[in-house]
Amino acid sequence: MPEFYPLILALFVAVATGFMGSFALMRRMTLAGDTMSHIALPGLGVALLWNINPVIGAATALAIGAVLIWKIEESADLPTETTIGVIFSAAIAIGALVTPSEDIIEALFGGGGAISLTTLIIYIALSLAVMLFVLQFRNQLVLTLFNTDLARTTGVKISRLNLLYYLMFALTLILGLRFLGTLLVGALVIVPAAAAKQLTETLSNFLIVSAAVSMVSVALGYFLAYIYDFQVGPTVISIAAGFFLLSLLKKHR
Amino acid sequence: MEGDILTVQNLTVAFGDLTILKNLSFEVKRGEVVAIIGPNGSGKTVFLKTLLGLIPYRGIITWDPNVKLGYVPQKIDADRHLPINLHNLFEAKAHTLALPHKDIVEVSHVVGLTPVMLQTPIGHLSGGQFQKGLIAFALLGAPNVILFDEPTASLDELSEEHVYDLMHQLQDDRGITFILVSHDLSVVYQYASKVLCLNKEKICYGLPKEALTPEVLSELYAAPHKFFHHSQDHHHHA
Repeated sequence: MPEFYPLILALFVAVATGFMGSFALMRRMTLAGDTMSHIALPGLGVALLWNINPVIGAATALAIGAVLIWKIEESADLPTETTIGVIFSAAIAIGALVTPSEDIIEALFGGGGAISLTTLIIYIALSLAVMLFVLQFRNQLVLTLFNTDLARTTGVKISRLNLLYYLMFALTLILGLRFLGTLLVGALVIVPAAAAKQLTETLSNFLIVSAAVSMVSVALGYFLAYIYDFQVGPTVISIAAGFFLLSLLKKHR
Repeated sequence: MEGDILTVQNLTVAFGDLTILKNLSFEVKRGEVVAIIGPNGSGKTVFLKTLLGLIPYRGIITWDPNVKLGYVPQKIDADRHLPINLHNLFEAKAHTLALPHKDIVEVSHVVGLTPVMLQTPIGHLSGGQFQKGLIAFALLGAPNVILFDEPTASLDELSEEHVYDLMHQLQDDRGITFILVSHDLSVVYQYASKVLCLNKEKICYGLPKEALTPEVLSELYAAPHKFFHHSQDHHHHA
């Protein structure tokens, strides 16, 4: 069984990214969603240099990234899109400088490798936490993205909710980092949701289809990577992108 | 005063150095329909949001202690082409306020939304259907005052009439007080019991037929307007 642990882990993470991605897309944070993960690279690099567990390095950097995005969105003076784009692209540059060169490919694109049962259980528990967050807060999230004034008059604490959302978003990225790397993990959040948005018309279907596209991409990706000896991360994301292109064929009313 | 549901005294709103509203004072009685008119950028939307408690202000706003506010915004932040339907939105509000599901059925019935419309993605609804959806959304939670921003800005004449008839009916049946922003003077004459002319300051307040003199109207829509910045228009993050 241990040889299936990485796949089981990835399937749980896929549901979490699918759920998270639906709201990321509705909140129009495609760019932030895709580039926020880049900030994990300098954290990874520094952790590798100092011989700390790389997950801790990445998690710290992503937590900082989450608070940063939150702060940028709260301040009315900064051009949100531009600022996010610049900061997180710079993170890749700095990360590439500090990350030891023998680790850079795995850090950018993810790797395979065996995992322990304990690791698997922790990842499953955290993935479930992300799913529960989305299901629990979906109503407040819907109100907020629909109209902030309506949300506020309904009693939603928007600023607090946004911070919580970004932190859970960062957690989702951490979960996917192991097998997708800092460059590609954001794509498993955004791409399946983008396909699902084309295909669905209600919120619950959107969440379900987004999670399903994400899971199928992961399962197919692992399978093809195993058969043809591809790298897992790029294979998974290529398949997800394929699903998105197919979804564009759907005729709209 | 007895019977007043809202009293506003010396209300001033400023964003930095820019004064949006200056020294407004007036009161609203229960069951009235108060129309706020004024040129673009005269602070109408800001005024509604201030009454809702969304914007910091100086002065005194006193609502009746039993007041429950509903709000119909001028526009929404979200892109209309989302996989979200009105039922999702109503459910979101009902859940957040811990209202029973039957309330959703009830408000939909009141505004005339069919179950099919509730399940239709918001991007596929007509302007009139969507506007009804926003009104039903405001009605959830049984408000006794509804603040209504440009009720018919995006509607054709027929849908427009529907919305005002609905408003009238809600006023009659439920005694709901309306405070609405409008561009349309004929609507003000036909539906409003009071009119507040706003151009940063209060230009007039009273019964439409008495308050809206030609002098008032020319003052309202003429000279000072061009000196105002338009920063009070909404800024939406992309």
